[in-house]
Amino acid sequence: MAEPVTAEDLQERVDGFLAGHDVAGDRLEFLRARFDAGLAWVHYPVGLGGLGAPRVLQPVVDQRFAAAGAPDNSPRRIGIGLGMAAPTILRHGTAEQRARFLRPLWTAQEVWCQLFSEPGAGSDLAGVATRAVRDGDGWLVDGQKVWTSMAHQARWGILLARTDPAAPKHAGLTYFLCDMHAPGVEVRPLRQATGEAEFNEVFLSGVRLGDELRLGAVGEGWAVARTTLMNERVAIGGAALPREGGMIGVLTRTWRTRPELRTPALHDEVLRLWVRAEALRLTGIRLRQQLAAGEPGPEGSAMKLAFAALTQQISGAEVELLGAEGLRHDHWRADRPEELDLLGRGPTYRWLRAKGNSIEGGTSEVLRNIVAERVLGLPAEPRQDTGVAWKDLPR
Amino acid sequence: MTLDLRYTDEQEQLRDSVRAMLADHAPWARVLKVAESPEPDDADLWRLLSVETGLAALAVPEHLGGAGATLAETAVVLEELGRAAAPVPYLGTAVAAQLLLHLGESELLRELAGGEVIALALPFDVGPAGSVPPTGSSAVSARGATAGARSAVFGSAPGSGSSPESRLRLPSVEVSTAADGSPLLNGTVSSIADALRARVLLVPAGGALFAVEADAAGLTRTPVVSLDETRPLCDISMWNAPARLLAAGDRAASTLDAALVAGAALLASEQLGLAQWCLDTTVAHLKTRYQFGRPVGSFQALKHRLADLWVELVQARAVARHAAACAAQGDPDARLAAALAQAHCGPVALRAAEECVQMHGGIGFTWEHPAHLYLKRAKSTAVAYGTAAHHRATLATLTDLTPA
Repeated sequence: MAEPVTAEDLQERVDGFLAGHDVAGDRLEFLRARFDAGLAWVHYPVGLGGLGAPRVLQPVVDQRFAAAGAPDNSPRRIGIGLGMAAPTILRHGTAEQRARFLRPLWTAQEVWCQLFSEPGAGSDLAGVATRAVRDGDGWLVDGQKVWTSMAHQARWGILLARTDPAAPKHAGLTYFLCDMHAPGVEVRPLRQATGEAEFNEVFLSGVRLGDELRLGAVGEGWAVARTTLMNERVAIGGAALPREGGMIGVLTRTWRTRPELRTPALHDEVLRLWVRAEALRLTGIRLRQQLAAGEPGPEGSAMKLAFAALTQQISGAEVELLGAEGLRHDHWRADRPEELDLLGRGPTYRWLRAKGNSIEGGTSEVLRNIVAERVLGLPAEPRQDTGVAWKDLPR
Repeated sequence: MTLDLRYTDEQEQLRDSVRAMLADHAPWARVLKVAESPEPDDADLWRLLSVETGLAALAVPEHLGGAGATLAETAVVLEELGRAAAPVPYLGTAVAAQLLLHLGESELLRELAGGEVIALALPFDVGPAGSVPPTGSSAVSARGATAGARSAVFGSAPGSGSSPESRLRLPSVEVSTAADGSPLLNGTVSSIADALRARVLLVPAGGALFAVEADAAGLTRTPVVSLDETRPLCDISMWNAPARLLAAGDRAASTLDAALVAGAALLASEQLGLAQWCLDTTVAHLKTRYQFGRPVGSFQALKHRLADLWVELVQARAVARHAAACAAQGDPDARLAAALAQAHCGPVALRAAEECVQMHGGIGFTWEHPAHLYLKRAKSTAVAYGTAAHHRATLATLTDLTPA
């Protein structure tokens, strides 16, 4: 085992790298070289963009590159690739799959999307109906996926499909890497309550995937998907913000600058929300301190649950504070935003978009079940689908 | 500055040893027995915590007989005492110790470290002011800047205005002078916590702070029937009670204020421990209680409420640790951190206790189940050192979120 990598080592490596590479040169070449130098994600293995260093040291590297004016890999645009596809490929992929996919994923040359949810399988994700059938040395895929952000930009998708309908639902799944340019893949915008089309529907009609695009063993798709889902919840944890750094800051700014809007009842509401926002911010700080010390707890689920409720209440209070002015919306165009900005646009947009926070990435109800069963150890609700072939389940 | 909000290994060890001690010496049946008795607290347990283990003077420096630790460790002990609803005057003594430390009262601190109880003679609901106490020798009161907020107030200076506070039941203690020039106190203070066993009372009066021996001539101490009999309150009345001046003017105001900020911060950890007991006990009950042929803990109607409570508790831990860390380090954010902790943790503890009673069903409403002890203590702590509304008003002042 090599000497443990320290923050000083990493700073030296970054400085050495910057001495030999022009930050103003070709963006993709720069990012590829950074990947090859092990300075992409330092906790990944050597040869796959990392140095096997502690994950907590990543900000040291990112801040050093940012300070030097180096181009980044548009992390918000490739969030699904970075946060979900990459850790799953690293954990379950073959050497060939890791070598093929991780580098263009990290350099943002190839955007990824997630083909999990279906019209008939939302909270009950293990019930997906998209079929993958053996076709010679490959697979033929037919089905429909939904809530797929970035599908219209994506080169690849992580796909959960049913390979054995006669098995109980969790046992009949297999995980694939779907070529979004393959014939039979059709992406249609899905317009949401905000008027914009952040997401897509993806129709898969006789899509042929080679067996080299299967991730993990046939029938092991659920175990692979759990790696993806665990990382999704980590990714939602978010970054450290200063006090009043999030949505609460929008509300408090309005309160401070618009005295004519103030009422005693809304004053108490603003203060209650301020307390909750600050409590959640400190919870995030404590969670990150625990993660940095290698003591990851289940508090990430608490963050997601509290965050969803809080953004909904803050944005709702803001509309009420503004009165009739709060009833004016900027536009209902079906925009196709590339980056999610929960604080962007106006109060009614924020209020509407926040409604999605308690649905996307696991509904608050499912998260409460997870907390109750996995954290508190309460018994599971009796279920009707255990040991039953997927094809025989009522739907 | 980012404070470390985790527990240190030493704090975890401290927690383990206190929890083990309380499991042996303060099982709930004993807590109930003490609460029902005419005794003000559990004298044996207090002796164990103060004389034998020194835990009552954790944050007192070693050269004064204390343990030389900080309020961050005191807070860990309070978590466990909250978990046990232990009937000991620990919180009030910790607050009195802070006050004496600010004043450099070495002799009284040595007594406190030796196991004597010293209490701050203020109604239990008085919380820290919403802003730094006003400076200037004419300042006799350290009121919150927010109308309606009950805050640390030195004995009502006559004619101190028609502000909303003046209508509240504030301690009214007047200072006169004995023939030899020494101060005498006259007046009453009601609903004082942790003072029934106190040897010395620290009394704010006339813009100054005084120490009064509890057995002084002219001082009467009357126990009151309290909502929380694990921390019974008392009233005191003073009729020419001889007192010793500890501090006056700005020094008295800032000292009292700092002690109340520490009290509000520390109380959050007691509330955290109380809430954790309520959650743990309720979860355990719901796993073993069967109705309709299944454990009631498998019903989502109950699971989801407990999951939400856990989410609140996770946050309560972060804000309580933050308040304790700020208080321990004298952080400039300490006042805000304490107000935040009380605005959040008080309601969480109360909700935890209410859910504990409700989800236990009939048994939870009986005298024979400990839930009622926690319910009463939770409600009592929700008022102690200022209500959540008081602390929200403080936050409004500190964050410039001006009222309508």
